[in-house]
Amino acid sequence: MSLLEINNLSVNFGGIKPVKNFDLTVNDNELVGLIGPNGAGKTTVFNLLTGVYIPTEGSIEIDGENIVGKKPYKIVEHGITRTFQNIRLFKSMTVIDNVKTACHHHMKYSAMDGILRSKKYKDIEIAVEKEAYRLLEIFDMEDLANETSNNLPYGMQRKLEIARALAGKPKLLLLDEPAAGMNPNETLELMETIKMINEKLNVAILLIEHDMSLVMGICQRIVVIDYGKVIARGTPKEIQSNKKVIGAYLGAGA
Amino acid sequence: MIKKFKKSSEATQAAIVFVATFIILFAGIQLGLISSYQTGIIISVLINISLAVSLSLVTGYLGELALGHAGFMAIGAYTAGLITLNINLSPMIAFPFALLIGGLITGLMGIIIGIPALRLRGDYLGIITLGFGEIIRIILNNLTITGGPKGLSGIPKYTNFIWAYWVTTIIVIVIFLLMNSRHGRAINAIRENEIAAESVGIPVAYYKTFAFAVSAFFAGISGGLYAHYLTQLYPKKFDFLYSIEILVIVVLGGMKSLKGTIIAAIILGFASEYLRRYAEYRMIIYSMLLIAIILLKTKGITLKSIKEMILKTLKKNKETSTIEGSE
Repeated sequence: MSLLEINNLSVNFGGIKPVKNFDLTVNDNELVGLIGPNGAGKTTVFNLLTGVYIPTEGSIEIDGENIVGKKPYKIVEHGITRTFQNIRLFKSMTVIDNVKTACHHHMKYSAMDGILRSKKYKDIEIAVEKEAYRLLEIFDMEDLANETSNNLPYGMQRKLEIARALAGKPKLLLLDEPAAGMNPNETLELMETIKMINEKLNVAILLIEHDMSLVMGICQRIVVIDYGKVIARGTPKEIQSNKKVIGAYLGAGA
Repeated sequence: MIKKFKKSSEATQAAIVFVATFIILFAGIQLGLISSYQTGIIISVLINISLAVSLSLVTGYLGELALGHAGFMAIGAYTAGLITLNINLSPMIAFPFALLIGGLITGLMGIIIGIPALRLRGDYLGIITLGFGEIIRIILNNLTITGGPKGLSGIPKYTNFIWAYWVTTIIVIVIFLLMNSRHGRAINAIRENEIAAESVGIPVAYYKTFAFAVSAFFAGISGGLYAHYLTQLYPKKFDFLYSIEILVIVVLGGMKSLKGTIIAAIILGFASEYLRRYAEYRMIIYSMLLIAIILLKTKGITLKSIKEMILKTLKKNKETSTIEGSE
């Protein structure tokens, strides 16, 4: 059984159909790229997966369980977390608190435990702090733990968002243009990090990206969509020479 | 290890401040250095602190505008007042019981009002909470059990300095501890970015209602203190202007700083008492203060912000003078 199975997914906004009959499977530990021209419906797919939009048709199954119609915070418990195209950090909170906040759903102590500073509170808080530092270490950010996240340089903010998404202990991580606005060096570094997350932390990744060197460099499989429809699937090599894909990006005459 | 040590030393520091303040004030009152008139001011300042701190949970930490806090306070005040009027027990039992029940009923009302109201945001939530506050006042004005416009009188005067001080201290400490737990982080995260908060697994609707209910609970307790300090209650006392007064304290205190809120409550409390002659101008001054804070974008009045402001103006003056000098 595959980790994620999307069948026949469609959504209507009035008369507009940004996603039409979309199918996708992602297996455990896979690294899949989702590409397409601007406005193709890539981010809408992410929003459907994370419960921000409710699909008009179709099913989304994670480990065989249908998650259509569930609230975004519930879907996190099923093991899908995400980052955003435009960074959405908790800006005035510290780096470490950003990560700790994302551990919320696997910290089970009551408000009373918090007020009375019970043993349960202390045990869980210490464990979460360790976990948060471990995640920051992956991104070489442990020295910045007590910095306000808004003060971080852009590239670091992108990394922190990934660290925060990982804090929810996902099985599937959705990255929405992680390399947007990064310079080539930063992109290269990010590529290594994404690969490492995929291999060492055993997290499957679905990636939207416009930077083709990144997508072609690390994705095992690529799905191309245009006008909400899948126009091609395959390995990076197959996609690079696919006529339909070239047509979608450069115009049909190319 | 170092961090842990720091944390515990902060806790002892806070405890020392709370106990020392209490001892100084209490000794002053006992020795007659603080007159009963001044004690009265101190008690009303303490009540305002507890109200402002409870409001800061919604307005400061959650970041939602709420303009009906006096309404919540009224529910707590009337509930507690009615309990002590109708129960014959020793004050040591009856008073805390009345405060607690007043708080719980107000908290319940907070949930009932919060669930529909928190679907709205910003100005709209402000308007609807303002409406709810007024509805509560008008209901109190028309019920027979609350004495209608004549109000309740003859409530025993249980609120003395000791009660007011320790109840307020407990409220401040509880809110501080709550804000430094996972619940507090969730509430802060919602203020920072609701979409991101939901995407990392925080049930936004639940935590908004939670913050609203806890805020109402503590407002209810402060209402109970207020009722047993004034000994008589009229619905008119809990009008919209009182809600604004509390909001001004929170905004002046820097929205999400408990320390700032306490300092602002003390300054405003004593200022409005000693400037009673100019009471008519109070609302004008409050509005001007609010506008000034919004324009200056300061995060409330703190020692740091004042220092920064002075440094900034000095720097500016220096710059202009050097430019003039070079010309």
